[in-house]
Amino acid sequence: MKTYRADLHIHTLLSPCGDLSMTPANIVSEALRKKLDIIGITDHNSTRQAGLVGMLGAREGLFVLQGAEVSTREEVHCLVFFENPAELELFQEYLDDNIPAVMNDPLIFGDQVVIDEKEYIIYTEEKLLTNATNISIGELEKYVHARGGLFIPAHIDRVRTSIYSQLGFLPEDLNADALEVSKRSTPEKFSRIHPEIKAYPLITNSDSHYPESIGTVYNCLEMKELSFGEIKMALKGIDGRRIKKKC
Amino acid sequence: MKITDVIRELGLKVLSGHEGLENEVTGAYVSDLLSDVIGNGREGNVWITLQGHHNIVAVASLKDLAAIIIVKGIQPDEETIRKSKQENIPLLSTEDDTFTVAGKLYNLILKQ
Repeated sequence: MKTYRADLHIHTLLSPCGDLSMTPANIVSEALRKKLDIIGITDHNSTRQAGLVGMLGAREGLFVLQGAEVSTREEVHCLVFFENPAELELFQEYLDDNIPAVMNDPLIFGDQVVIDEKEYIIYTEEKLLTNATNISIGELEKYVHARGGLFIPAHIDRVRTSIYSQLGFLPEDLNADALEVSKRSTPEKFSRIHPEIKAYPLITNSDSHYPESIGTVYNCLEMKELSFGEIKMALKGIDGRRIKKKC
Repeated sequence: MKITDVIRELGLKVLSGHEGLENEVTGAYVSDLLSDVIGNGREGNVWITLQGHHNIVAVASLKDLAAIIIVKGIQPDEETIRKSKQENIPLLSTEDDTFTVAGKLYNLILKQ
């Protein structure tokens, strides 16, 4: 078994709130500089920049989980990841169908662009990505798990857009692969206030919008090798894989 | 005033929780953050929201709310309907938006 360092909540320049310096190349080089082995690309309601980060990361031995930070109908932010590009593409269609037709004003919210390897803009997202989708948290969880993906409610300690702020408490039927506590708290601290979260694997991520923030907090995953399946097993604590306290 | 009076005066549709229709109304609360309703909802309040997740029923039950009005014709999740029957919390529906139905309810409560 080896121990890998994972920061699974990073925005690119595609998110309106993501800094324009969050290019795929900058994200990969900053992650390597911070000695991360795994990163998660999670733009608001879009997967469109994740593929390029995955490709650049793969060249450097950095494993990139590709997904999105989805804002559900209840306005609960959830991280989702899929193993293969075909699933990610289908999920993008599902998002496109369920994002409200509210246009982005870049002067107010920021630019929403996808760039290619040469850093040319190849796509501009017209719809505002930070709005709540029309997908309920229950529907999202079922969609993701039916396709072998990972479903992780984000920053559950936050007073906005978290499962606790929006829904009051953890729904009794919540089928989450992990719960994310933001870097404003820690899994240990927040589970003292909400001991019920100990029933789930707990992770913490940087939620980076700027390169400097990448890897400022991370998780230590003990597992056999870098793969989607191994990460899943580490979160679930299967066959000796686990989340370690330190690394 | 009872929930049945509110339904009649505001022209609401009863989605489920018929057994709670005789609940007494003490006032109302408007919020879409369930954490806020847990903190500020009062016993006998009618709660106006656009949330349809089944946790709304648990919050209403916890706070002994009289009923939930779901605005803009939003259809709550199936599990929400099932739980409201179980907990006898009336789920009421209106095509009005929150501002409009809250205004109507405010006037109705003032008249009492």
